[in-house]
Amino acid sequence: MQKRNARPAREIVVPGDLLDDSGMDAGNNAYVLNGKVYAGVLGVRNAHNDTVGVIPLGGRYMPVTGDTVIGIIEDIGPSNWLVNINAPYPAPLHVNEVPWKVEFGDTSKYLNVGNVVMLKVLMVDESKKIQVTMKDSGLRRIEGGQLVEMPHSKVSRVIGKSGSMIQMIKNLTDCRMFVGQNGRIWIDGDENAEIAVEAVRIIEREAQSSNLTERVENFIKSRLPEKEENKGEGY
Amino acid sequence: MSGQTDMVLVDKKGMRIDGRKADEHRPVHIEAGVLSNADGSAYLEIGKNKVLAAVYGPRECHPRHLQDPTKAIIQCKYNMQAFSVSDRKRPGPDRRSVEISKIIAEALEKVVLTELYPRASIDVYIEILQANAGTRCAGLTAASVALADAGIPMRDIVPAVAAGKADGHVLLDLNKEEDNFGQADVPLAIVPSTDEIVLLQMDGNMTREEFDKAIDLAFGACHEIYEKQKTALKERYAVTKEDEEDE
Repeated sequence: MQKRNARPAREIVVPGDLLDDSGMDAGNNAYVLNGKVYAGVLGVRNAHNDTVGVIPLGGRYMPVTGDTVIGIIEDIGPSNWLVNINAPYPAPLHVNEVPWKVEFGDTSKYLNVGNVVMLKVLMVDESKKIQVTMKDSGLRRIEGGQLVEMPHSKVSRVIGKSGSMIQMIKNLTDCRMFVGQNGRIWIDGDENAEIAVEAVRIIEREAQSSNLTERVENFIKSRLPEKEENKGEGY
Repeated sequence: MSGQTDMVLVDKKGMRIDGRKADEHRPVHIEAGVLSNADGSAYLEIGKNKVLAAVYGPRECHPRHLQDPTKAIIQCKYNMQAFSVSDRKRPGPDRRSVEISKIIAEALEKVVLTELYPRASIDVYIEILQANAGTRCAGLTAASVALADAGIPMRDIVPAVAAGKADGHVLLDLNKEEDNFGQADVPLAIVPSTDEIVLLQMDGNMTREEFDKAIDLAFGACHEIYEKQKTALKERYAVTKEDEEDE
């Protein structure tokens, strides 16, 4: 969702910093006061065309329509589930939005408290009421594997430029991975899963540095000792 | 206030007992992001005051009846540790800390863009580890850094400092002795970009002229502390200087 054209010189701004006083429009996380644009959150200044905004460095995950997220079932109602998707609000999942035909009151036969599901954010309205769905290709209940959590602002690094990072990790470790926009990452695989998890941890720790893909690649290769011949057959 | 002493708080050269001049605040040190389990945090020292602030949220508001369907609410808890003062402080909320929690929450409400998170709550916890007069200002200063560190959208960062009167002199940022044996104490918090006042109290007596002078001093010092707050936040991400070239 973030702008792709971050300028080479990154300028960190704090709330209240003046972003522009030459008449540019306020972009994301910016506000206008007396014709001047100020930063509204701690982050990196991001200007393009004639709007200037801030890319936040942290903060709570705020769902946006169309996001794919990983949720944990928290409560069961007769016709819906309440899912925790790491947002400030609970996300109800209605029986009409699951791929099964669920009888009224039979909700717990399909999903139970503690189950982990892949979801898509269907809609977020003005009062921040969230609706999520499982009716989309690839969305399902997750079984096995492990769940890794990280700040949602860093998931773009895990995915990498047009998916380069995640593709590399998947190829090298032979793991199944799913990255939720809300900062939850599901990793499943055999003995290499641990390496993939560690790689994700490295990305989380060093999210702000450059050449990350290269370094993570080297890390994974160094941890896959006798997998060399395995790799050959993969290609 | 109220205490009597024959201590000379300000000598003939205008020097105070801790070596400061009348318009000097105590040395300030701020560090952002010191706690890993909170969404945002800050540690602040001003003179002998040591304050830790932590922020959680925005998150679901509990208890439910406090929810506001139009905006987020800010819940603040100011707490003094038992060992923060020389006589053990009886732990638990008392009349004073309830008042301070309320005024700090109201000051922060003015800068946080609460309307972005209807029905949610933003929880601020302020722990006074060591007190030496001026803890409400120190607490508010630390809390606003912690809020920004938590990535919460806000209009500005709030700095706070006290001014007052002791030994007949108008002084900036009173210390313990000046506060106990002085004539007045005026804590002030502002929004630096607009110079709006978000917290102003007065304990004791001053003339109108002395009050104006105290406010002037406090305004100046608030802007200085504001710079320290900004530096603390930017330092936390100093390593980020290299760009994330792929995304």
